[in-house]
Amino acid sequence: MDSRGLFSGSFSIKDVHPAILITAVFLVAYPSFATDFFIFQIGAYSLILGTIALSLMMLAGYGGMVSLAQLTVAGLAAYLMAILGDNSMGVMGLGWPWWLTVIVSVLGAALFSTFIGAVSVRTEGIYTIMITLAVAVAFFYFVRQNYVLFNGFTGFAGVEPPTLFGIYWRDPVPFYYLTLTVAVGFFGAVYYCARSTFGLALQAIRDNPRRMRALGFNVTLHRIVAYFFAGVIAGFAGVLLVWFNGRVSPGTIGVDVAIDILVIAVVGGLRHPVGPFLGAIAFVLLENFAIDLIDRERFNMVIGTAFLLVVLFSPDGLLGLWNRFRDKFRFRGNALLGDERVSKNDPTSTGSLEKN
Amino acid sequence: MPGTDALTRLQSTGQFALELEAVSRHFGALVALADVNMSVKAGERRAVLGSNGAGKTTLFNAITGDFPTTTGRVRLFGEDVTDLPSHERIRRGLRRTYQISLLFNGLTVLDNTYLACRGVTRGRFSLRRPKRDDSSLELAETLLQAVHLDDVKDKQVAELSYGQQRQLEIALALSGAPRLILFDEPAAGLSPTERTLLVEILQSLPAHIGFIIIEHDMDVALKVSERVTMMHNGRIFKEGTPEEIENDSEVQELYLGQGGDHG
Repeated sequence: MDSRGLFSGSFSIKDVHPAILITAVFLVAYPSFATDFFIFQIGAYSLILGTIALSLMMLAGYGGMVSLAQLTVAGLAAYLMAILGDNSMGVMGLGWPWWLTVIVSVLGAALFSTFIGAVSVRTEGIYTIMITLAVAVAFFYFVRQNYVLFNGFTGFAGVEPPTLFGIYWRDPVPFYYLTLTVAVGFFGAVYYCARSTFGLALQAIRDNPRRMRALGFNVTLHRIVAYFFAGVIAGFAGVLLVWFNGRVSPGTIGVDVAIDILVIAVVGGLRHPVGPFLGAIAFVLLENFAIDLIDRERFNMVIGTAFLLVVLFSPDGLLGLWNRFRDKFRFRGNALLGDERVSKNDPTSTGSLEKN
Repeated sequence: MPGTDALTRLQSTGQFALELEAVSRHFGALVALADVNMSVKAGERRAVLGSNGAGKTTLFNAITGDFPTTTGRVRLFGEDVTDLPSHERIRRGLRRTYQISLLFNGLTVLDNTYLACRGVTRGRFSLRRPKRDDSSLELAETLLQAVHLDDVKDKQVAELSYGQQRQLEIALALSGAPRLILFDEPAAGLSPTERTLLVEILQSLPAHIGFIIIEHDMDVALKVSERVTMMHNGRIFKEGTPEEIENDSEVQELYLGQGGDHG
């Protein structure tokens, strides 16, 4: 209940919900029982898509700003990795050391995101979507037609993570742990910062920008800063994405993929940073296995139908479905156990049980 | 220290908290405010009366910068703020409440108040969670006690009753170190008990805090104010002490006469 406990020094392992422990153990132990395909193509890829969608969740869920350009931001980081680092295409490939390439690529992406924020934050709702969509489409055509920097239609191949500590980081298991570290790191950061002054202010701006101005907040600046942070997250995800694929081309950042990111975030749930990852897992599983259920030509229909069902039956996405299931379960539990499990802080959550 | 700066400015300009100079606001062909001149002394309590559409709320929006003025100048505490955005005016000691509560429904009562306190201090962009002994957080708790909301501070705003939301609206306006507060119909929709409580809160404000109150409930308006401004059709119609306004024949004719026309 009291989420401020984290700083008062009263934090202990007992405060951790068992479900979180189980998830953590599962995520860490996953490579020990999964095949390489499941570790790399399903596990790592879900975590990367989830991280990009997390940057969108942060903007849309906490800031009320739906940006279709988060994949574009990640894509710029991916391109910068190929341009500043090494690639096998003989175009650009400045050969910078890997760490410098990563830092500059992520910063470049963050600045790009800040720019997108600066041109879009004065708009609301559908207009924000339109402006960010325009940026995404413009960048797609720009890289497709620019051969000097972006090598046009072909894009770049042969972009690889460094070999460090004797480990080739593109091997399934090391790469899985790398993406897991980044994903969990950003998940934790978003989760923590949601209750920080910046995060609370962002949510308040979502609820009521006019009132925030009347409390002394610079709403425009606050929103732009949110875009910067979202750009850092998307930028790191873009670096992982280019290492995962080994290549980047206009197809990587097409509008269809940008919409996939939006679908992942919405289907997963925009209320909590875990939502994008749930959405990403569902998406990647469907993308890989829908083909087993139905004819090769029709598997997109299965994906579409599945997502349509989720959105129709749960406006809060998979997260909402889970919450509803849990509430139902908890209510029954309370009825069986008497009032022992009734939360004293929140009598409303227990319905009529408070009378006992 | 911006406070002392502002104080010197204040003294050098004859201690006016607010000066409006020929302020107009047009919405297309509609003239919502026409050539309004008004000054409010520091610490003064002023009521603004007038029928619906007289331009009272537009006057507030012009003062806070929610909507820019079409012509004229706005001075706050001696400083010309006409070209400053809303949040800059707020940081200079201006606060307001809204006729229809504008709160943050997705956040708790305490978070609402905490943000209001944080809005006029440093650390608005802090990525750290506020500590228990955070000055803004402590101030927020004190404020909630003052408006009798401390027992619901962990509830979401959406769960509050209408009256409690109005109380929270006032708590937000009292946050930080306000010097001039604009109350836009704070008593609207309140029960008689809640009205008494409201009058108590307004009367117990420290002397250096001035306010301007728009209120249809004459009982509340005349009880808490020292001077009254009557508005009509976007213009200032009369200004005086509560007694003068109450006994003014023109005011009575305007109020009663109009009521008679429509009734």
